[in-house]
Amino acid sequence: MKSRAKLLIVQLALLGLSGCSGSQSALDPKGPQARSLSDLIWLFTAIGAAIWLAVMIVLLIAMLRRAADRPDPLVLQAPVERRSLLAVGSAAAATLLIVIALTAVSYLSQRRVYAKAQAGVVIKITGHQWWWDVSYESDHPDQMVRSANEIYIPAEEPITVKLAASDVIHSFWIPNLMGKQDLIPGQDNELQFTADRIGIYRGQCAEFCGWQHAHMGVVAVVLPKDQFAAWRTAQTAPAAQPADPIRQKGEAIFQSKACVMCHTVRGSSAASRAGPDLTHFASRKSIASATLPMSRGNIAAWIVDPQGIKPGTNMPNVTLAPDEIDPLASYLEGLR
Amino acid sequence: MKFSLAIGIALATLLAACAREDRPLRSEPVLNENKESIALSSNAPGLGGPVEYKTGTRSQYEKVAFQVSQGKKLFTWYNCSGCHANGGGGSGPALMDDVWIYGSSIENIAASIREGRPNGMPTFRGKIPEDQIWQIAAYVRALGGFVSSDVASSRHDEMYAHPGEGRLPAPPERTTSQAGLAEPK
Repeated sequence: MKSRAKLLIVQLALLGLSGCSGSQSALDPKGPQARSLSDLIWLFTAIGAAIWLAVMIVLLIAMLRRAADRPDPLVLQAPVERRSLLAVGSAAAATLLIVIALTAVSYLSQRRVYAKAQAGVVIKITGHQWWWDVSYESDHPDQMVRSANEIYIPAEEPITVKLAASDVIHSFWIPNLMGKQDLIPGQDNELQFTADRIGIYRGQCAEFCGWQHAHMGVVAVVLPKDQFAAWRTAQTAPAAQPADPIRQKGEAIFQSKACVMCHTVRGSSAASRAGPDLTHFASRKSIASATLPMSRGNIAAWIVDPQGIKPGTNMPNVTLAPDEIDPLASYLEGLR
Repeated sequence: MKFSLAIGIALATLLAACAREDRPLRSEPVLNENKESIALSSNAPGLGGPVEYKTGTRSQYEKVAFQVSQGKKLFTWYNCSGCHANGGGGSGPALMDDVWIYGSSIENIAASIREGRPNGMPTFRGKIPEDQIWQIAAYVRALGGFVSSDVASSRHDEMYAHPGEGRLPAPPERTTSQAGLAEPK
């Protein structure tokens, strides 16, 4: 019976630990900035827990101790007075010390998290209701890349993120990689971070920005350096001309409907910048700011009824004839 | 007794505040595009401006602040400013003055956007969903000073050469209608 209870406790403790890892967790750091923050979280938790435990022990002792018979309370007893003064004084001093130490530690950690290093890969991210416009800056125009809702980054290389907003305040936060930084209209913010583990991490707008704030996710894909270079080269290419007739019909629908009023497909005449760049749309992992996983079915669902999936989004319901949905979905699915 | 009745009535009145303004999100089906029938000129002899037929749709758009501000956003997104320059006019006519070649009512403006007009204005039929056409038309009405100041915005988010649409002067009253110039409504 006893061993069973022990087993249960161990199991529960392990279960608790499993909540710490994951693709969107500040407790599972994958870079020096995030590690600095996670160390801070654990330090604060440990000190807080120790203080709580000490207070509980003192409280327990006070509850269990039998009250001694007190002599006349009006007569001062010097040793007792001295003892209690010492206890209160040392507790106050300890509190002060702990507050100062934690302030200093968090200040130092903040300096590490927001330290300026060499620029590395520069990504400009503009927040919109409710998606992220991503463009890679470069001195060479042929290396500039525009995408949306996903950042691909090389491992172990500093990344500079320039943050701007077009409508309301958003906040960029990928918990495994960095601390939060706000995107504020009319104010340019910057954030630097490094990822040292290859993987896919999810982030989330961390400042309430309207109706679909919860559906404003962002995905970070950390790649080895050579794969990142290959990705960047692939992204600079314009969209290939569709070869098969169904996709050609889909392109014609795209060009003649409302799609073309907001979206860009480089290599075609669609060149509006109000919505996400779709040149390599199907190479992304998700649709509509990490709302739906990328799949043919989800593409079709999204173009038929975006207001049902993400009410209030700026993408309107565009009426499509039944025989237009499949060609359009095929066209979009082929934008790799 | 009277006091508690008063409190009860006051609380019941508060309940009325729970109803929110309804924001239709799903665009109207494309088949509804033709439900506004607009004749632009009549065969009647003599002087007279373009004939304007009105339906109930106007109050759903030009009396709702949300629709007017959506129209303002779309006016920029769809590059209306490319020709109309934030209402001041360029290669397209100005939208802030009191000259309305094809009628100043929201129905006529929506028709201008949907069908296009000779000498430059392209047709956006099928490219802009019908409800967005009406939103843009409502904003154009605001640029002309036709929309009441509690509906049109009083300030811009970006720099403009003119004050917010809610603070633009109302169009002058016309006593006699002139050919080519519609009476402001």
